[in-house]
Amino acid sequence: MEFLTTLGLEVHCELSTATKIFCSCTTEFGGEPNTHVCEICTGMPGTLPVLNKQVVEYAIRTGLATNCEITQYNKFDRKNYFYPDLPKAYQVSQLYLPICQNGHIDIEVNGVKKAIRIKEIHMEEDAGKLIHDEATGMTMVDYNRCGVPLLEIVSEPDFENGEEVIAYLTKLKSILQYIGVSDCKMEQGSLRADVNLSVRPIGQTELGTRTEMKNINSFRAIARAIEGERKRQIEVITTGGKIIQETRRWDDNKGESFAMRSKENAQDYRYFPEPDLVPVEISDEWIERVKGELPELPEAKKTRYLEEYKLPEYDVEIITGSKFLVDIFEKAFEVCGEAKEVSNWIMVEVLRMATETATDVEDIAFDAANLGKLINLVKAKVINRGTAKDVFEKMFTENVDPEKYVKENGLEMMNDDGAVLAIVKSVIENNPKAVGEFKGGSQKVKAFLVGQCMKQLKGKADPATVNVLMAEELEKV
Amino acid sequence: MEFDKMTALELGRMIKNKEVGVVEVTKNALENIEKRDAVYNAFVTVCFEEALKQAEKVQKGIDDGTFTSPLAGVPMAVKDNMCTKGILTTAASKMLTGFKPTYTATAVKKLENAGAVMLGKLNMDEFAMGSTTETSYNGATLNPWGENRVPGGSSGGSAVAVASDMAYYTLGSDTGGSIRQPCAFCGTTGIKPTYGTVSRYGLIAYASSLDQIGPVGKSVEDVAEVLSVISGHDAKDSTSVNNSLKIILNNNIKGKKIGIPRDYFGKGLDGEVKDAVLAAAAKLQALGAEVEEFDMPSLEYAIPAYYIIACAEASSNLSRYDGVKYGYASPSFEDLTDLYYKSRSEGFGAEVKRRILIGTFVLSSGYYDAYYKKALQAKAVIKQAFDKAFEKYDVILSPTAPTTALKMGENLNDPLKMYLGDIYTVSVNLAGLPAMVVPCGFDKEGLPIGLQLIGKAFGENELLNVGYAYQQNTDYHTKKPVLKTGKEA
Repeated sequence: MEFLTTLGLEVHCELSTATKIFCSCTTEFGGEPNTHVCEICTGMPGTLPVLNKQVVEYAIRTGLATNCEITQYNKFDRKNYFYPDLPKAYQVSQLYLPICQNGHIDIEVNGVKKAIRIKEIHMEEDAGKLIHDEATGMTMVDYNRCGVPLLEIVSEPDFENGEEVIAYLTKLKSILQYIGVSDCKMEQGSLRADVNLSVRPIGQTELGTRTEMKNINSFRAIARAIEGERKRQIEVITTGGKIIQETRRWDDNKGESFAMRSKENAQDYRYFPEPDLVPVEISDEWIERVKGELPELPEAKKTRYLEEYKLPEYDVEIITGSKFLVDIFEKAFEVCGEAKEVSNWIMVEVLRMATETATDVEDIAFDAANLGKLINLVKAKVINRGTAKDVFEKMFTENVDPEKYVKENGLEMMNDDGAVLAIVKSVIENNPKAVGEFKGGSQKVKAFLVGQCMKQLKGKADPATVNVLMAEELEKV
Repeated sequence: MEFDKMTALELGRMIKNKEVGVVEVTKNALENIEKRDAVYNAFVTVCFEEALKQAEKVQKGIDDGTFTSPLAGVPMAVKDNMCTKGILTTAASKMLTGFKPTYTATAVKKLENAGAVMLGKLNMDEFAMGSTTETSYNGATLNPWGENRVPGGSSGGSAVAVASDMAYYTLGSDTGGSIRQPCAFCGTTGIKPTYGTVSRYGLIAYASSLDQIGPVGKSVEDVAEVLSVISGHDAKDSTSVNNSLKIILNNNIKGKKIGIPRDYFGKGLDGEVKDAVLAAAAKLQALGAEVEEFDMPSLEYAIPAYYIIACAEASSNLSRYDGVKYGYASPSFEDLTDLYYKSRSEGFGAEVKRRILIGTFVLSSGYYDAYYKKALQAKAVIKQAFDKAFEKYDVILSPTAPTTALKMGENLNDPLKMYLGDIYTVSVNLAGLPAMVVPCGFDKEGLPIGLQLIGKAFGENELLNVGYAYQQNTDYHTKKPVLKTGKEA
């Protein structure tokens, strides 16, 4: 029996506002446990929430960037459940009137384009974190993350396989980063996904029973979880079993999912309107302003790079896929004006160094203007490409200024043709055997002789100049 | 000299004129509490040291011109559900054993900034759930007006502290009548302001959409002055509004239109209460008001709608008390669920549990539409009925409670009877309107009767003015019970 897979995603994204959603505590990641807290985010008796308007602004921005309609009359609701990481025992969220509805994100997998519909995006607060202390057997609570603003982005079940899911997440992540609402650092939990999955035999029209896997926080784990759960469900069905609607936990180390709770004992969240907050009304003007301030989004940027800079499609795909690579590109381009050069440097050297130093693209720390300067140094023949690569490594790891670094370390090319000529002559003189072979018709030997020159010149000469001079001198022999 | 029988403004004037010192009146008040509260149990916590320290500070502030409020230096007390920094705040529940907040409720802070001296925290029904102050974990408060009588609730301590001249004025909170009914039972004057007038920041929530802080005092003038200090928008409470009251009282109510809803005088209303309230209406008419009866049939929805909405919100608001972070935690438990189960079972009293159960039930999936949503619709109907009435009338006049103060224990085991006692007060909270209570007589046992006056939204000044005119021409509010002291008891 062949099976079709249907997937839906709920993505939780932590917003990068300076302060929390309902109080003025910092949202900064890390910090000693329970130092980024106050009486409001720890839900002490008598305290009240006051909505951070920036959260609404970011939600509108996200909605517009994902083609959503903006709900102009917004309310918050309480989702009630007991857990120690939730100090009020309810999460303030939006059930009845989510801020964004009916959007979509366009993806492309193996050349096939597809729109993934977004059902809704709503604002809510994050919970704290439980820390299990192995030494004492105790469980501690850290409320630093409590009240950090979240957007929950709920897709329709429009995915048919893991590749589409990854393409969507990649696109979503890049959009969120472009519009500056989230750093999307998955390892810090600022982007997490719940995956709904069902399978059905080909030919069956109604969807199969779905399961949900919660809080998977890397693309790799999501891909594996989808494959694992798909196989599990098919196996259950083909061996005569039935899928139970339930929440499962994906254990990425074991490569298996485990049942957490079934629908029968599912939580009743007893949602009701949050009486401590007043409705938020979003005016047409507000929406228009945010629309006007939206930066160029990945799709538009891609088209522009292709047309304006005539860059290879693959390169453009990679660079515009990440706001951080785009930032490097645009800043370096601004300094040197050489789109093709900048693109090559990013595609080859920047990504190579990132891989070698195990640096995530978003954590690349060097000043991209320096890449522009470096390209200018090559263009002006102050240094050659070989030297430039060495300088770049220093730039990448220590953020050195290439102009200063080249000067301080005397890396400039020898642009005195007389001096280069002297070296060429001495090499010819000292390698009579090789010169003889050249004269005998071996072109290969010429490269060896040029190499000898470069060695003596410590790489600080333009290889093209050396080549020309060498050819001229060999003629004379 | 006996200061304690003075009103807050009378004492404030003496302090301002340097006829008496703040420390002296504070000491006097603390001595009275020591003697009288052994009988009445109006206080949960008495701040002996803090009050004297504050008194010294306030005296200095008055001397150097920092404190200019007519209430500066006047000793007061606060219901125990308002957070006070560093001072035990328990909402009269075992659940909040040992809880000392790190912040002060905005209303209390505003009074502090005006030079108030806080004597202590006042007894109440546990988490403000009750109409008798008998559900308190600290034991019941007694009404000074009769043997073995409840003071009403939930702000029973707030009313008794004023009625027994232990505090010059107090703060209470009113979710369904919790300021007004104790005022009626204890012969004190009080007002529940329009929802949003006084910040709820630091008020331990019972039902967030209905809770409102208000003053209890010995006269309309005192209450008006306190209200003008505590009202106004607070950046920490999104539901607070800019209704900073500058109340001007005058004796003139000529031509004011006062409506009497017939439905409020039907079955269940005690005859003596009815007579006293109608006599008050006649008095107002004699003072120049136009009084007229009208129909307001939405009353029957008030109790069910109120208890559904209030309990629903309470069930959520009280979920945070789980034994994990502060307050009571069961000393022995097996796992997380057991910690929740035991801490909440042992920490909450019967009435609180009852309301949490009702609230949890009405919000449960499958019941939400049948109960909670219906209740919200009933709330809207009630509000419309008031809106319609206020097209015609400036003030609505009614009884506060169906009876005078009940005997201790009479209603404690009959919750439905207790809930029905809130019939005249809860619809005011559902509609978010201001309402005040002024004493308007006594029954034949000598127990006070309270007149309820309901105003338009943000119509506090007009409302207080009617009460003021009434008190200028009557003396019920100046009557005092014969007080007992600990020694006699």
